Amino acid sequence: MENNSKTVDLLNTPPISRRRFVTGITASSAFLGLGLGSTLSLASSESRMGPATLRGRTFDLSIDYKPVNFVGKNRMATAVNGSVPAPILRWNEGDRVTLRVKNNLAEDSSIHWHGIILPADMDGVPGLSFGGIKPGETFEYQFDVNQSGTYWYHSHSGYQEPTGLYGAIVIDPKEPDPISFDRDHVVMLSDWSDEDPEDIYGKLKKSSDYYNFRERTAGDLWQDIKEKGVARTWDERSMWNRMRMSETDLSDVTGHTYTYLMNGVTPGDGWLGLFKRGEKIRLRFINGSSMTIFDVRIPGLKMTVVASDGQSIEPVTIDEFRIGVAETYDVIVEPSFDSAYTLFAQSIDRTGYARGTLTSDINSSAAVPKMDAPSVLGHRDMGMNMAGMAGMAGMNQDTLGMDKMRGMKGMDHSQDDVSKMIGMQENRHDRDGEVLGPAGYGSIRKITHVETENGPHSGMRAVAPMSGLNDPGVGLRENQTLYGRRVLTYADLKNLYPTSDPREPTREIELHLTGNMSRYMWSMNGIKFTDSDPLQLSYGERVRFTLVNDTMMSHPMHLHGMWSELETGDAEFIPRKHTVMVQPGSKISYLVTADALGRWAYHCHLVFHMAGMFREVRVS
Amino acid sequence: MNLLRYRQKISEVNGRFFLSALASFVLLSSSSVSLAGGEDDPLLGQVIIDQFEVRDADESDPWVLSGQGWVGKDLQKLWFKAEVTRNDGETEDAELQALYSQAIAPFWNVQVGVRQDFQPTPSRTWAVIGFQGLAPYFFEIDTALFVGESGRTALRLEAEYELLFTQRLILTPEFEVNFHGQNDADLGVGSGLSEMEAGLRLRYEIRREFAPYIGVNWNKRFGNTADFARDQGENTADTQWVIGIRAWF
Repeated sequence: MENNSKTVDLLNTPPISRRRFVTGITASSAFLGLGLGSTLSLASSESRMGPATLRGRTFDLSIDYKPVNFVGKNRMATAVNGSVPAPILRWNEGDRVTLRVKNNLAEDSSIHWHGIILPADMDGVPGLSFGGIKPGETFEYQFDVNQSGTYWYHSHSGYQEPTGLYGAIVIDPKEPDPISFDRDHVVMLSDWSDEDPEDIYGKLKKSSDYYNFRERTAGDLWQDIKEKGVARTWDERSMWNRMRMSETDLSDVTGHTYTYLMNGVTPGDGWLGLFKRGEKIRLRFINGSSMTIFDVRIPGLKMTVVASDGQSIEPVTIDEFRIGVAETYDVIVEPSFDSAYTLFAQSIDRTGYARGTLTSDINSSAAVPKMDAPSVLGHRDMGMNMAGMAGMAGMNQDTLGMDKMRGMKGMDHSQDDVSKMIGMQENRHDRDGEVLGPAGYGSIRKITHVETENGPHSGMRAVAPMSGLNDPGVGLRENQTLYGRRVLTYADLKNLYPTSDPREPTREIELHLTGNMSRYMWSMNGIKFTDSDPLQLSYGERVRFTLVNDTMMSHPMHLHGMWSELETGDAEFIPRKHTVMVQPGSKISYLVTADALGRWAYHCHLVFHMAGMFREVRVS
Repeated sequence: MNLLRYRQKISEVNGRFFLSALASFVLLSSSSVSLAGGEDDPLLGQVIIDQFEVRDADESDPWVLSGQGWVGKDLQKLWFKAEVTRNDGETEDAELQALYSQAIAPFWNVQVGVRQDFQPTPSRTWAVIGFQGLAPYFFEIDTALFVGESGRTALRLEAEYELLFTQRLILTPEFEVNFHGQNDADLGVGSGLSEMEAGLRLRYEIRREFAPYIGVNWNKRFGNTADFARDQGENTADTQWVIGIRAWF
């Protein structure tokens, strides 16, 4: 039925003409002061430069079906003003913006302004913020812009986001930017499949390893036995065999069906970013993917990370960073004039990459590096304590945590710091008498697995989850040693500005991210959203969220409406994020000031996890 | 055409069961609203043809179809299992199970329902309670206890494993054993351990959903069942080459 209507639309909608597209690009280039002159007449270069930029206070956005062809087949995408990705919206801090969104789809639509602090009724989540935008109707969003930085927007309805309805938001600050730069480029990363997202989801439910073509084989087993002997191989395999999970399961959906895009451009073509001699460039990386976590680097260039999720951080210079779905990172690079550079974003499972070229010469390009070898999950990623690696002794122990972790040399510095802190000051307690760690340092509570986790909803429990702060994550841990590449971790994030709410948390909410990979079901505390009660926050309270990942997937958790202040070990400068990656088998804490009344969404941002791994947060 | 006849027969025999199962199913699967992405727990269905193969026997080569299908949601499903053997234009064996499947643990389902043996005749009807799922070390397990008329009982255990040579070339050892509580002389089935079957199939997944295979299948009858077979002048053990297709959609 739906397919039919789409087909009809395909026939009736004239594909965006090259001419109009060019116009958009030229306009945006003028805004950015590119001054490219006659070189822009090359059609191939134009189409490689990503979506247009719209500026101002008032925007008319039209959501339509749009035929696209990324990898040789005609498919129907969901576009904003005819563009996939949607146009870049450029706002000014302090402005009141009006966005009139017309829905020309045959189904309800919506736009959520991801990371923007605004009134609940403007947040764009159908069922919580408003009723959604009915077909043919226009909804007018209007709100004050009280922040600056890099954000994005996307549909919160159906599978419109995976099919193209995502775009960047750049807000220029009222005060001069603390970090000077001469030029900026949005680098929007995403994943495209010619398959209908509904079909992908159905396939995962029927066969959760459908897209994993890196399962262990008899050959791998033989290799292991030759190298390590039968006994050690058996020990190492034992946990996976008993848990009935796959160590190669890094992504549910892989390059088998996905083509990874940079600003909507395939790796074959490669996005084109231009600069002029001597320019300092700010790259605004946004992960607008449905399901893909990327590892980003620019061979030959150091990157100085200056913002995370739009918020300025103490600059930190690195060679590589991992960006979870929905996160954003701003980096400063200073390329030399006569070189071209490859922006290389490989998927976490190394089944594909998005690519772009940063160059001052439109005709030059740089070598594309080979992808790194794919990694496999380890005991740490299953929330096993490291002692468990020798034998399986740790597997069924219900104890955890701090004592053991402290015993593990060097594995978890932040926790050591906490222990020191605790020694120095009087312990504080929450209402239930549980010990509360001081603000900025994360939870020191004993992790408890709730009763609701025992059931078909949840396939594993992290017995001894480690802090995810210092861990670059699976596949990146050895990069310093192997390649000399310094990889960003969450522990590197310090707010550039002092913590705005210096209060201590008065209570702690511990939530377990749960799932059953085999049945492909996702939940929190073993309870799906449909069976859950809202999380209640009192207006004005300062609360700590501690997330424990009882699955082997990374979950980028997004709280709408309020900042997630990631406790990275400095109470004075707690960085603010809107999306926090919780690594497999690990835990992480952040503080939330419940300063926004209303009903808010709180969920994993992986599109095939979010319907289940979702909670309503109610601030009253 | 035969299949159609079976379908009619099934619906006659099991109509009441289907209706009640369907009703309870619809009640259980209240629709869920999602505030993001697609529907969390959509109603899905799958047809799985585990084996559709011809076996190389001494006289005529039998065709075997062994498959299952389900329709339902994450935790509750209506589950069907079918096994049909045709030889020389005749249907030698035809068995169908219609089950309600309820998830009780991350990897396990309890399945209850009915089993109807249409061939050989006289036909038999059984009540079924089974456990199906994935055991540690990735063994796919399907076990069921059958209770029929006149105090007949039977127990079936099936296990399957997948060994990957490559991502697409997969060897599947499987094993099945059947026990019966009493003699059923009409059907040549004896009490105790009655039959054992083991197979080894090497498939190549052209797509995940479609894989041709070759293999070997061994079966042996034991005890009274073997005696019945010998009385009929049949072999009690047989090893056959097989060639077939595994598919799902």
